[in-house]
This record gives sequence, C-alpha cells and structure tokens, in this order.
Amino acid sequence: MYRETEILQEPDPALEGAGDMVINVGPQHPSTHGVLHLVITLNGETIKKVEPHLGYIHRSIEKMCESLSFRQFIYSTSRMDYLSSHINNHGCCLCVEKGLQVEIPARAQTIRVLMDELTRIASHVLWWGAMAMDVGALTPFFHAFREREMINDIMEETCGARLTMNYMVPGGVMFDLHPNFIRRVKEFIVHFRSKLPEYDELVTNNIIFQNRTRGVGRISREDAISFGCTGPTARGSGISCDIRKIYPYELYQKLQFEEIIEHGTDCYSRYMVRIKELHQSLSIIEQLIDNIPEGEFQAKTKAVLKLPKGEFYSRVETARGEFGVYIVSEGGTTPYRIKFRSPGFSNLSALDHMCRGQKIGDMIAIMGSLDLVIPDIDR
Amino acid sequence: MTNEELKTQLSIIHTSLTFEEGGEWINAVVPATEWKALALHLRRHGSFLFDYLFCLTCVDWKSHLTMVYHLTSTTARHSLVVKAKLDRNRPEIPTVADIWRTAEFHEREVFELFGVNFTGHPDLRLLILPDGWEGRFPMRKDYDDPINMIKL
Repeated sequence: MYRETEILQEPDPALEGAGDMVINVGPQHPSTHGVLHLVITLNGETIKKVEPHLGYIHRSIEKMCESLSFRQFIYSTSRMDYLSSHINNHGCCLCVEKGLQVEIPARAQTIRVLMDELTRIASHVLWWGAMAMDVGALTPFFHAFREREMINDIMEETCGARLTMNYMVPGGVMFDLHPNFIRRVKEFIVHFRSKLPEYDELVTNNIIFQNRTRGVGRISREDAISFGCTGPTARGSGISCDIRKIYPYELYQKLQFEEIIEHGTDCYSRYMVRIKELHQSLSIIEQLIDNIPEGEFQAKTKAVLKLPKGEFYSRVETARGEFGVYIVSEGGTTPYRIKFRSPGFSNLSALDHMCRGQKIGDMIAIMGSLDLVIPDIDR
Repeated sequence: MTNEELKTQLSIIHTSLTFEEGGEWINAVVPATEWKALALHLRRHGSFLFDYLFCLTCVDWKSHLTMVYHLTSTTARHSLVVKAKLDRNRPEIPTVADIWRTAEFHEREVFELFGVNFTGHPDLRLLILPDGWEGRFPMRKDYDDPINMIKL
C-alpha cells in the first residue's frame, strides 16, 4: 500500500506525466488528524490529484456487530466517530427502538437531546482549535481545550466516561442525571457565551485566516450532493441537509433553532456554518436545561432484545453530518447485517474534487474544513 | 411523491420491477442487467430526481448477494430503496459511479469486502484492505480466517 516517493529529476515531455511529483502525506502526519494516507500528484505546487488510502485502523466493526447482541453492538459505535459518540449511540438506539416499537419516556428524550448538543459543541470546539492549528495558529487550540474540558467533566460525572460514553441504551439512557448536572451545564453556558466573541476575534475576523480559507476548496451545490456530502460540509455549499430539521427525531420538532446554510461553497463557509451552529446548540441547551421533565429515564425493555424480521434504517445528525444505521434482522438476537453510513467516508471522497488545481498548502486547510475523524471513515 | 405514487409511477416505466414489503420506504427489486438504465431514469426524470445516493451496501444471503441502494431526492424529499440480486459465484452489476459520484468509494468498499465486480467502474481497486488481499471477501458469511477471525 505504501508507495515510494518518486521524483522525476529531468522532466521528459515524451513521458506521460513528466514533471509530476508524487508525494505521500501520512499515514503519520499531524495535519491528517489520524492515520490517513494521501498520495498527492503535484505539478510544481499545484495539486493534480489526491488519492486517499484508507484502512490503517480498519477494525471491521460491521462484521463484529454480526456476532454482538442488539444491546452490545451500540457500544462499538462509540469507537467510530469518537468525537460524537453520544450521537452515534443515539442513531443505533433509534434503529433498534424502531424495530422494537418502544415509547421513549419524555425525560430520556430530553436527556438524549441535551447530551447530543453538548457533544456537538465539544466536537465543533475541538475542530475549531484543530482547524486554526492546521493553518498556523496554535493559541486557539488551547482555548478550545479549555471549553472542551468543561464538557468532558460534565459527561464524566453523569456517564462515567470522558470520550466513549456508552450512555444510551435501547429505551432510554443508562443512568439518571447526576445531581450536579444542571448547575454545571448552566455554569458552562454562562462561561461559553462570554468566550464565543473571543473565538470570532481570534480566528473568524483574522485576516490571515480569511486569506487562507476564502475561495479555497470550492465545491458546487450539485457536486456536493453527488458526492454525498452532508453536515456542515454540504451546508457550506448551500444544501439544506440537517436531519434534525428534515427528518426530526426525538424532541427536535418542538425546539426553536435554525438550520445554518452558507452559500460561499469554500472553506470559510464551512467554517462559518460550524461557528454559527455553536450558537444554535447553545440555544437548544438553554431551552431544555430548565425543562427536564420528571419521570422514568428508561423504558422497560426485555433483557434479551429480539428485532422482528425485516430491515430498519435510521439516521441522525452528528457533528460531521448524516450518520445512518441500516440493520437487516432475521428475527434473532443478533443483527444479520449492519451497515453504518458514516459521514466522514462520503465527505472524504470529495477531497480529490476540492483539491484539484489548488496549491498544496491549501490542501491542509481543505482537510481541516472537512473535519475528518479517521476511525469514522475506516470503521 | 408519496410511497404509493412512487410505486405506481415505477411500475409504469419499468415492467420488470418487483416490489418487496417491509421498511418505511418502497423496496424495488431490479434485475442486475437493467439497473443502469433504471438508475439513469431515476436520476434524470423530472418526477423522480433522485440526486442523492445516501447508502450503498451489499447483503450476503448465503444463496445469493443483494445490492441495496438507498436513494433520496433533495428537492422532492422522497426516498426509494432499490435492490438487485446477484449470483454469488460471479457477482456482477454495472457501476453507478458516473451518476452519483459517492458510489465510487462505496463500490470500491463493496468490491473488496464482498467481491462484487462493478463493470465500468473507473478505478476498481482495494480501498481499505492491504495489497495482496484479492480473492478473499471478509464480509461474506462463509469467510473464515484461522489466525485472526473477527468474532466476539
């Protein structure tokens, strides 16, 4: 799989592709945020082709799930997109619940949405720091981690874990909220609201950052749909694709929030979508935090779950886009076949299209704006 | 269009389609050889406009393989599932990578994990598995690896 870097010293016009240089970026490169291997064909500094090589952390989760029960397989999805593990678990739970046809108590629904939005903020904040670091600003990364730590502490108290939460179970959530939860979330809202203008001052309005991202990595609306882009990547190209709005699940129908759509089609638009989504997520949390209904946090389900024979598909909006779960059940206790439609996989396939004709330095900005999480792509 | 309208429209244009019950969407089963013509029609025809292929996968039923395509339209907001049965020994189906670009990666994934040959695919190589893996298909039900079998 690994290809030697070949440099043609003397360009010979008779040779096909003469003057081209093939460069390997990764699998161990800081800007790939994981083990992604890109083989880039360059002409001078201009990119002619980007070819992703995947699979360095392929764990075959789909195959594994075929021998796990309907309660167990949910936890393996925390290990896919580890920055939105709550939302991945949520998608799987929705799919199993669709098969079981259980009613979710109102309290569990509220807790789920609260956790989803906190995860979204944590993920976007980390992305914000990493994106700024990719284009050469180190300070925002530390600012980002300050806020992320607060969310991780909140998660740790309630779920017992900081990264792979495994908090959602079919029928509700695993435990009730920690007594400190509401107070700490309110503290976080106050803190985060005061820091958000700082984000804009540091990065959004920074002229160096704007020069690096404006007009870079364009993808048109039609191409983005054809490549299957979702999430902020697609919304930066003017596509309305927020699953929370189009196919609302849980409480989202009753909540007041906007779907952020930008029409710039470049890296800066994708950046702006995520920054504005931070405000929307914060407002969702504010709407819910004082209105958590009393009652059960988990519906009663059987110890051993059996899904009826058939096919079930559910989708949720993760921080990166549309996450779909496709379960084929034969009526047993384990799924016959599971397919995870991960947002990163489709978004990555558009990388080649976005990079062609751009300079090699811009590729790092483009990759940053896609918000790739490699375990999500490899699965 | 609602599911019922989709069903009637589809059965008018393609007489060889059969329909399966189950799931929230219409399941249309198409012969593998006619998939390309149907796909072009679904993408272009004004009343369908399925421009977004959001899930492409394969299921191994031990006796045969089934390709599953989940399609939706971003303008009309209707969805459709198309399935195609393939012979397990010589699975072959025309590619749709030229209609929906996202299929290029997804088909490469199905190619290496299930061994389905997508005719006309621009770049049918291994994507996830290491070089030299050809000939063994890890996601098939009868796959067995004596050293490192993925099973829990």
